[in-house]
Amino acid sequence: MENHLDLMFQELEKDKKTAMIPFLPAGWPELDSTTKIVDAAVRGGANAVELGWAFSDPLGDGPVNQVAYNRAIRNGSSGSSILQNVSEIRNKHSRLPIIVMGYANPLLSYGVEKWASDAKAAGVDGLICVDLPPQEAIEISGVLKQSNIHPIFLLAPTSTDERIELIASYGTGMIYCVSVVGITGARRALSSELPEFIKRVKEKTNVPLAVGFGISDADHVVSVGNIAEAAVVGSAFVEAISNAQDNDYEAAAEKFITALVNGG
Amino acid sequence: MTESKIESSVRAGYFGSFGGQYVPETLMPALQQLESAYREAMADKSFLADVDNLLRDYVGRPTPLTFAERLSETLDTTIYLKREDLCHTGAHKINAVLAQALLAKRMGKKRVIAETGAGQHGVATATACALLDLDCVVYMGEVDMARQALNVFKMKVLGAEVIGVSAGSQTLKDATSEAIRDWVTTVRDTYYIIGSAIGPHPYPTMVRDLQGVIGREARSQIIDIHGKLPSVVMACVGGGSNAIGMFHAFLDDQVRLIGVEAAGLGLHSANAATLSLGRPGVLHGTLSYLLQDANGQVSPVHSVSAGLDYPGVGPEHAWLKVSEKAEYYSATDAEALEAFQELSRLEGIIPALEPSHALGALKRLRSENEIVSSDVVVVNVSGRGDKDMATVAEELAGLSS
Repeated sequence: MENHLDLMFQELEKDKKTAMIPFLPAGWPELDSTTKIVDAAVRGGANAVELGWAFSDPLGDGPVNQVAYNRAIRNGSSGSSILQNVSEIRNKHSRLPIIVMGYANPLLSYGVEKWASDAKAAGVDGLICVDLPPQEAIEISGVLKQSNIHPIFLLAPTSTDERIELIASYGTGMIYCVSVVGITGARRALSSELPEFIKRVKEKTNVPLAVGFGISDADHVVSVGNIAEAAVVGSAFVEAISNAQDNDYEAAAEKFITALVNGG
Repeated sequence: MTESKIESSVRAGYFGSFGGQYVPETLMPALQQLESAYREAMADKSFLADVDNLLRDYVGRPTPLTFAERLSETLDTTIYLKREDLCHTGAHKINAVLAQALLAKRMGKKRVIAETGAGQHGVATATACALLDLDCVVYMGEVDMARQALNVFKMKVLGAEVIGVSAGSQTLKDATSEAIRDWVTTVRDTYYIIGSAIGPHPYPTMVRDLQGVIGREARSQIIDIHGKLPSVVMACVGGGSNAIGMFHAFLDDQVRLIGVEAAGLGLHSANAATLSLGRPGVLHGTLSYLLQDANGQVSPVHSVSAGLDYPGVGPEHAWLKVSEKAEYYSATDAEALEAFQELSRLEGIIPALEPSHALGALKRLRSENEIVSSDVVVVNVSGRGDKDMATVAEELAGLSS
């Protein structure tokens, strides 16, 4: 069985296009918002989606995502409600790559093998765990791969060649390259060290690279497109939805993604 | 656990199945760099001499082991107190901070960050940074800043910047998260001095080694004074730095090691009794016991003591618990407050609220004959009570009204 993420990158490579991947905390702003916002983002031109699995203590996240995660938890978002969201999205979008992004503890609490099996049934294509570097995820990666779910690891500008090689040997589907030395949050400019960092990673692996953290406008997306296969937009997307007029989250989401994809 | 070649070469810092490095990738190179710098420093005689000199001439080590005659009479057993309350800055925290501040300088880092709950670790870090001319930023929950206002002021006097954390429960857990976020952003020029034996490898091992001076001294002192080893060693456990420092020298002895957590308002109410009530989970970079809900969200905790008000615990304690090398009990706010007053009145020693929990549990265990008349008990008085006077005054007024 092919993984939707692999298919997406194969197709986009033919068309010489960069994947646009919005990040959305699941169960936020309302518990039942997720599927509708994903629909809107796809209408706007999203090629895949990253659903955030809320955690009470997200130490890789800035204030925007912290606030959203807290609200999602209060709304009742949980490991199982996220997989329900995934099932709903999968019913409407049979080919859309769906990635879950979260932290180690909710995953361990759910049970890795149970999660992999439930996530496969729901239609998840990849998992990113912010605080699960590959040396702590060796068994987990194996379990995920058996369920046709890519274990997606992060790299940062501080990563040594040794770490890049380690992640290139364990990560599949894509590698998430953190654009800055820092936590999530929209930034005005992309880091000047990003091209050099991506070049170092490209020398070690052919796995598609997604660049995220700080991506907030169409120029950033174009710059990322010149060096990597995907751009992930997180906090800026979350902020756009937070600021939606009359709480019309779908309109705000579609408008924001359209502007990013079509160059403003 | 499967042991592949790569696993054994890169998976570091486990105590049994607890510990590890559950951190964002951004920090991994810094943790590896820290581990090798620490190893090199600990093999360098001049570095060790610098640490020893500071511990002797600046901290005032060795701290005494005091026979608590009147408390022993009252509880009908033999009790010795390890006097970490007499350390410069008022608690054991400085033992691990000075060596790490020296290490920060050795690594060429100019900025130091720390988190603090009760403020003792923050004061110790601010002190070391003043002494060694390092920039110092301390993260502290706003609830803790209110209940430990004296320590906030001390840190400022010492030249540190104190940043209030308004997220979550506004206590030690949130201060730690915020310090880690700072470090993820500033890792290239900043050294993070974690205040307890928690966090990703190498911190739990490093803090235990540096706090190990407590147990090494106590072991040789009790043999000198009493002529033999104690039968029981007790210490309070929040993250567990004073306890692990105390326990380690006794691990190969026939000595009961007893850690005491904060039961807060009771084990069926708001508390911070992680090892008693938690289950394994990941928080702040380490896999250990954790107070969490069914969905893996970290639970809110409560203790009258800001230093024990933490939902996690150091991974080595989790290992000592499951391997039955140490026992863990808890004491409530009320038991700690009673023990606080008792030690003050009987021995003229005002303990911090944290070790008051160990003393409170001692009293209860003695009354239940879990500890007997013929026992010889060493209790680590990890800090002095000056910082807690306002809290205690408020709590006692509440009890009598």
